[in-house]
Amino acid sequence: MSTTTENRSGAPTLPSPGSSIIEVEDIGKTFGSVLALQGVTTTVNAGEVTCVLGDNGAGKSTFIKILAGAHAHSQGRFVVDGQERHFASPRDALALGIATVYQDLAVVPLMPVWRNFFLGAELTKGFGPLRRLDAAKMKRITKTELAAMGIDLRDVEQPIGTLSGGERQCVAIARAVYFGARVLILDEPTAALGVRQSGVVLKYVAAARDRGLGVIFITHNPHHAYPVGDRFMLLRRGRSMGNFPKAELALDELVQMMAGGSELEALSHELSRELPDSEVARALEDEVAETMGVADPNDPVDRGVS
Amino acid sequence: MSTTAAPPQVAEPEEPHDVRDERLGKNARLAAVLRRPEVGAMVAALIVFLYFAFSTEAFARPSGASTWIYTSSSFAIMAVAVALLMIGGEFDLSAGAMTGFTGLITGILMTHYHWNVWVSIFASLVAALAVGFLNGVLVMKTGLPSFIVTLGTFFVLRGVDLAVVKQIIHQVSVVNFQDVPGYDAGAKVFGSYVKLDLGWLPWVKVPSTGFLTLYAATFWAIVVVLVATWILQRTHSGNWIFAVGGAQQSARQVGVPVFRTKVGLFMTTAFAGWIVGMLNLFKTTTAQSTTGVGQEFVYIICAVVGGCLLTGGYGSAVGAAFGALIYGMVGQGIVYAGWDSDWLYAFLGVMLLGAVLVNNWVKTRAEQMR
Repeated sequence: MSTTTENRSGAPTLPSPGSSIIEVEDIGKTFGSVLALQGVTTTVNAGEVTCVLGDNGAGKSTFIKILAGAHAHSQGRFVVDGQERHFASPRDALALGIATVYQDLAVVPLMPVWRNFFLGAELTKGFGPLRRLDAAKMKRITKTELAAMGIDLRDVEQPIGTLSGGERQCVAIARAVYFGARVLILDEPTAALGVRQSGVVLKYVAAARDRGLGVIFITHNPHHAYPVGDRFMLLRRGRSMGNFPKAELALDELVQMMAGGSELEALSHELSRELPDSEVARALEDEVAETMGVADPNDPVDRGVS
Repeated sequence: MSTTAAPPQVAEPEEPHDVRDERLGKNARLAAVLRRPEVGAMVAALIVFLYFAFSTEAFARPSGASTWIYTSSSFAIMAVAVALLMIGGEFDLSAGAMTGFTGLITGILMTHYHWNVWVSIFASLVAALAVGFLNGVLVMKTGLPSFIVTLGTFFVLRGVDLAVVKQIIHQVSVVNFQDVPGYDAGAKVFGSYVKLDLGWLPWVKVPSTGFLTLYAATFWAIVVVLVATWILQRTHSGNWIFAVGGAQQSARQVGVPVFRTKVGLFMTTAFAGWIVGMLNLFKTTTAQSTTGVGQEFVYIICAVVGGCLLTGGYGSAVGAAFGALIYGMVGQGIVYAGWDSDWLYAFLGVMLLGAVLVNNWVKTRAEQMR
């Protein structure tokens, strides 16, 4: 690996792999009288991936907004590096090296990759009116940083809009890593991607983990979470359904918990009574069968990303 | 990962090509040049020039060229500023009226109130920047489209130009400006010219037509184009201009000062309006209440012809200058060719539509190119 000796702007001092960076304990958030989140406990360790799973409206975004500093939590303990914190703004989170890569990635499609990479933190040289962008250096760093993440770009001069969704995601990750992230929050990075592109992104999630970062991977797809995750925290209706290390949880169980097995079963029964032989009912029955772990072995459903 | 264990690199001598990849063919650099936003306008300008140069006598003669070079220059100053603003994702419809507004302020302060020339010039600069600042703050604070906000400013300026001026000097234009004390000093900066004897050019048949007059506006325009290009391509402010126009939300998320960048852009157009206002005032020695009204769209057309996207985030200063050059050449060429000069507007319309279609095509290609 050819990391440069280039001084990284915020060279993160990463704790040794496995030691905890973030610990949340029984954390919760209320908006007025609305309970958005309660009783969430998990840890984020250096060099590990903590997956946050949940369906739409489960409280995933409230949870990451607390971690990212966009919302302050109302209950519980939020500990970073052994010290209890209460973030007032995203800047506080960033200062501690907690960087969030949002779904829209915060990139400007028509701008070249390298300009996007350094946007808002451009390197300059010269003084006064001659202060100018150090384009050569920025291009070089962009290329090496992306290479370190395993992205091999032909030309950092191409507009970032020409990259595939997965590659764009990776540039955003590489950017966060370069600018000193110790904890990377990835908000549904695979949500809008196809199977192959998702695989590519998962590879980079693993790459970030291997560089020693703590990664928080938010997703609603257990098949994406399981291969890279070290720890799984499930959310449903704003409540934590548990926080499991990978050793204690098999993929089947994860899928079942995610899908909310019993609820799905009830729905399927109801539908088959109302609309016997309808396609929807049959599809649901199949799904129930699958998530309950009695699917037939020929089931072609993609069981995960290799 | 280890930053320390990196093997001592062989001292590579100043590698200028280190970011180039071998997969980029030899033609990649040429292709990159052809993809630049201003290329279309350059080609179109060349065609327009050749057409009028061969179809009319006067167009390419130095004395004839002096006219369109002057017009193009003053339009280029505005078009470049408007292009920066458009790249930043906004419009300024008050830009045309601003040229009249600033000219009137300086003109009245000098002729009516007998202020010192430099103080008067400075006063109109302050007024222009204040209006630009107001435009920017209103757009950013209200979240209204700049089209609407600056349309408002445009009408206010237009009304002020007429009503206030009539009240002060009881007429709608400043006249006999050249007789005011201090005029000569100001004219050195804004109204002077150099005459070049190009009588040796083979197509000059009458020696008296061999003089090319370059007005101050041309030199100002060159400086404006150079500075704007420098800012856009080589400074972090330029990066921010592209970013706020291309994806404002994203720019904000990565820490680009969106408010400051956009307000700065509105002040830049106002500043350009002030330059052109001064150039007009000292060259024509008169300022009228209607000066510049209706030209705001011409600036936008020049910028679009120069490769700026109407939606922001893409364009160039050089392109806008070439757009202005096309406008200036066609405006004068039509006169030399003996056509009805109102054809200019029809031409502008066609050019605008054509340019927008080309730009959209280029943009789509830029986003899909692999």
